[in-house]
Amino acid sequence: MTRAGETAAHPENLRRVVIDPVSRVEGHGKVTLLLDADNRVRQARLHIVEFRGFEKFVQGRPYWEVPVLVQRLCGICPVSHHLAASKAMDMIVGATELTPTADKMRRLLHFGQILQSHALHFFYLAAPDLLFGFDAAVAKRNIVAVAAAHPGLAKQGVLLRKYGQEVIRVTSGKRVHGSCAIPGGVNKHLSAEERDYLLADVDRAVLWSHEAVALIKRMYGERKDFHNGFGYFRSAYLGLVRGDGALDFYHGGLRARTADGDTIFDHVDYATYWDHIFEVTRTWSYMKFPYLRALGPEAGWYRVGPLARINNCAFIPTPLADAERVAFREFDHGSATHANLAYHWTRMIEMLHAAEGIRDLLADPDLLGNDLVVTGTRALRGVGVIEAPRGTLIHHYRINEDEQIVRANLIVSTTHNNEAMNEAVRQVAMQYLDGNEVTEPLLNHIEVAIRAYDPCLSCATHALGQMPLEVELVDAAGRRVDVLRRDSDGTVSHPAAHDR
Amino acid sequence: MTRLVVFAWGNPSRGDDALGPEFLQRAEVMAPPAPHDVEFVTDFQLQPEHCTDLAGRDLALFVDASREAPAPFAFGAVAPARDRTFTSHAMSPGALLAAYGEAFGQPPPPAFVLAIRGERFELGAPMGATTREHLRQAVAFYERLLADIGAEAWRSAVRTNPDPA
Repeated sequence: MTRAGETAAHPENLRRVVIDPVSRVEGHGKVTLLLDADNRVRQARLHIVEFRGFEKFVQGRPYWEVPVLVQRLCGICPVSHHLAASKAMDMIVGATELTPTADKMRRLLHFGQILQSHALHFFYLAAPDLLFGFDAAVAKRNIVAVAAAHPGLAKQGVLLRKYGQEVIRVTSGKRVHGSCAIPGGVNKHLSAEERDYLLADVDRAVLWSHEAVALIKRMYGERKDFHNGFGYFRSAYLGLVRGDGALDFYHGGLRARTADGDTIFDHVDYATYWDHIFEVTRTWSYMKFPYLRALGPEAGWYRVGPLARINNCAFIPTPLADAERVAFREFDHGSATHANLAYHWTRMIEMLHAAEGIRDLLADPDLLGNDLVVTGTRALRGVGVIEAPRGTLIHHYRINEDEQIVRANLIVSTTHNNEAMNEAVRQVAMQYLDGNEVTEPLLNHIEVAIRAYDPCLSCATHALGQMPLEVELVDAAGRRVDVLRRDSDGTVSHPAAHDR
Repeated sequence: MTRLVVFAWGNPSRGDDALGPEFLQRAEVMAPPAPHDVEFVTDFQLQPEHCTDLAGRDLALFVDASREAPAPFAFGAVAPARDRTFTSHAMSPGALLAAYGEAFGQPPPPAFVLAIRGERFELGAPMGATTREHLRQAVAFYERLLADIGAEAWRSAVRTNPDPA
C-alpha cells in the first residue's frame, strides 16, 4: 500500500529529519521526514516498534494463565489486555454466555479503565497543547501551566484518574496485577461495602467528566477552523457496536463504515475477524498495516478509537454522553467528524459515558451476586475483542490438547491506526514543514497529530533517566548534518559535531 | 513518628525492570522501628494519581531500576521538577512531587530516590545474576535506612557512587 507523499521518486537525493522518540507518546517511536534540497517534504513515516516477542512470551503456557500474563505486556493498558484475553479464553472453555454478575463485573472494570485512561490523556497530554497552542514554549505546554490558567483542573485530572484506578482496584482485587476475569467468568463479586465506597464519589466523577466535555468543546470551538483543518483527512471507521447499534466498549459485533457513513459490514461476529481484516507489512516499519479486505490494501485502511466509535454508533446508552454525541455530530454542520483533533473531544464524551456507566452499574444488584463462572464445550481456538481506550483490541489464541498456548496473534489499537497516524504525519508535515527550517514548534505539530491517537508503543519498559527527544538531519549519503536533542529535563542542546 | 511512603515500580516480566517490585517484596516484610509507619505502593509506572499517595506522608522513597545509576545502586535526594515527564504517561519522581504541589497546593514531603542498576529489560527475560546482587545490596542499604528514618538522617546517607556492601 503506497500512498502519495509516502515514497519519493528519488529518495537518494533527500535529507532525513528524525524525531526519536516521540515525546508524550507511550514507548518509543521515531518520525522520519525525508526532505529534498529545498526543505520540501517528500517522505513522511512513523516508525513504531510493536509487541515483539509476545508469541514467545506466551507459547507453552497453560491457557488459564494468559489473562494474568498479558497484563505484563503493557504498563499503560493492562486491563484491556486482561479483558480481551479473558474473552478469548471464554471461547476456549465454551462459555458462550457469562452470568449477569460476571458480565457486569467485567464491564465495571472496563469502564474504570476507560475513565482513568481518558482522564490521563486529556488532562496531562492533550490539554496543554489545546490551551496554549502548539507553538508555545515547552515550558508552558504542560500541566503546571494548565493548573495556573485553570485552577482546580489539575486536581480534577488527578482525582478522576484516581477514581478510575479505584474502580479497577476494587473490581480486580488489587491496585496492579489484579485478576478479576478468569476463563468463563470472574473470581469475585462486589461486596456491599465496596459498592458503597465507589458510590461515594461517582456523582463527582460524572460532574467533572461533563465539565471536561464542556471544556474541550469550548476550546475546540474557539479555533474551529484550525482544529478542523489540522492534518485533515477522511477515512473509514471500525469498531464494535451493540446489537441495536449502541456504543459498547465491552462486547458486540464489528461494524465498518466508509467516510460517508455507508456500511461496509455490520454486526460481524468478531471470531471471524480474519475474514474481514487483513494485515500487510512494509519494509520500513515493524508494525503491520491492517486493511479491510472488502476495500483492498490500497483503500482499505481505517481508523479506530474514540472518533471512530462516536462516528460509528447509533447512540450512546447513557443520557448525558448521548446528548454530547449529538452535539458533536451536529457541530458546525458536521465539520469536526473527520478531524484528527476531534479525537480529544470524542475521548471526553466517552469518559463521560464511562462515568455514567459506572454509576448505572453500581445501582445494579447483579454486581453483588454469587454466580460467577460458567463452562461449556472445550475449543482449541479463542478470539476476544474489546474496545480498549485507544480502539479495537483483538486477541486470538490457539491451544493444543495439553491446554498450552501454541499460537497467539494480537492486533492492538495502535496497529489499527497505523496508516491513519502516518497519514496524519504526512498531512501535517506537508501543511507546516514545507519550505521551513525544522524548529521545535514545527516538530511539535507532528507530535500533536500523533498524540491525538494516544498511541501506546511497546510501553512496559522504563527506567529512570530515559526520555530524550532527538532530532537529526541526515543527508542523502547517510551523514548526519545536524542534531537537536531535548533531554527529559527539558534541556535542548546541539551536540558538538564530533559527538554525533 | 515519621510516616514514610515507599514507591517501587516496574514490570515484573521485563527482565531487570522487575527490580522495583522485587525490592518491594523484600522490604514489605521488614518492620520499621516503632513508632514509625511505612506504606508501600507498587505499579508498572509512576503516574499522576500516585501524588495522592504522598498526602499525609512525612517522607517518600522512590525505588526503580536504572540504566544510568552506578552499580550496585545510587541514593540521593530528589526535589520537585517540572520536567517533560510531567506530560508523559510515565512520570519521574521529581515530576510527581511537582504534580503533588500543583494539585494540592502544598509542598510535597522530603523525598529520596534509590536507583538500582539494571541492564536487561526485554519482555519475558529473567532478572540477571548481577542485577540480583545489586538488589541484595540495595535491600541491605534500605534496612540500614530503616534504622534511622528521617530526612536529615537520610541526607547524610546520600551516596551516588557507593562502595560494594
